[in-house]
Amino acid sequence: MSGTVFDIVLCALILGAALAAVSGRDPFAAVVFFVVYGVFIATAWLRLDAVNVALAEAAIGAGLTGVLLLGAVGRLARLRETAPPARAAGPRLLAALAAGGTTLLLGWVFLTLPEPAGLHAEVGANLAAAGSENAVTAVLLNFRAWDTLLESIVLLAALIGIWALSPDAAWGGRPGMTQRTRAGGVLAQFGRVLPPIGLMVGVYLVWAGTKQPGGAFQGGTVLAAVALLAMMAGRIAPPRVSAPGLRLALILGPAVFLAVGLAALAAGRFLWLPPEHAYALILGIEAALTVSIAATLALMVIGPPQEAP
Amino acid sequence: MIGSATLYGLCGAALVGIGLYGFVSHPGLLRRVLAFNVIGSGIFLIFGAAGYRDADAGADPVPQALIITGIVVALSLTALAVALIVAHVRASGHGELPEDAGE
Repeated sequence: MSGTVFDIVLCALILGAALAAVSGRDPFAAVVFFVVYGVFIATAWLRLDAVNVALAEAAIGAGLTGVLLLGAVGRLARLRETAPPARAAGPRLLAALAAGGTTLLLGWVFLTLPEPAGLHAEVGANLAAAGSENAVTAVLLNFRAWDTLLESIVLLAALIGIWALSPDAAWGGRPGMTQRTRAGGVLAQFGRVLPPIGLMVGVYLVWAGTKQPGGAFQGGTVLAAVALLAMMAGRIAPPRVSAPGLRLALILGPAVFLAVGLAALAAGRFLWLPPEHAYALILGIEAALTVSIAATLALMVIGPPQEAP
Repeated sequence: MIGSATLYGLCGAALVGIGLYGFVSHPGLLRRVLAFNVIGSGIFLIFGAAGYRDADAGADPVPQALIITGIVVALSLTALAVALIVAHVRASGHGELPEDAGE
């Protein structure tokens, strides 16, 4: 019973934070509400027994997206010349009606879904040969490896798109803007204290990901956050986008994944992992993916180079 | 008694509506990206809750894996959209599309 009460309160908090994020006047406040919303959603995933998703949502949905949007709010406030226009009341009413109708339709579809069949049984039956005791990692790296391989390539494509938006004069320079922090300030201190802890958490999440909740995406995101914090605190400078070492780190994950997949093709089927080597292969792919995911996510959040090298 | 899965599934449906409303009604491009993220997480919540309706079997791992993939792709899209918006504002001086900026 107390669980149901908790669920109802949490749903109310989620909806309230979402409303505040999409309808408030001040863009900064909207992003702050969005981050709070992300943390509530992560809690909802815990209630749905999806710890792997909760970790990803907290680290990516609330964490990195929040940093990205906060940075954009600051940058846009400096760049924009006109005040935002006032909104007309008519289209808003129409939008509210359409949105309400969509919600009712989706709710009705959810309530009338056929009896749950699910894929628990199939995943459970093949888990022993998958090389991972964590069923979600087994699905990501083995049963549906295609999705994950293409996802790592989507990340790369998005970063290329972002870099393509850098001004001509800045090409080849360091991404983002030069960070200046007050010596002895909160950010400078956090930039020293948190990275060692974050490094350990990130590597642990990857290592433990085949047995417990965790994995390359969650661990890589934590490592990206560590790199971002150290860069924002001015402890390290982001590498030049033309640096060969950086390019190598970005493609390492997809390249190793693709190489394993092609080696499997020689043995019979693309992306098939032989059960006796599956654990080692998954760990190797995850290690390489973690490097690429951490580097790609951190560089995506920093944005394209802005200053001439 | 209403189960967790049903509650969060309906919550996800409401989130899609809220996100859709924000996406259509707000002229600010950055706010539209934020609303797009709310729509996305609402859809993930519906999907995840649908995979948890058989609570005795636990959460279905396949939707979980697909949702993690979705969260990462949503971040990639958000980052690309933010970079495009910054380039648009730098070029035009306003943070809305031309028809919304009153040109």
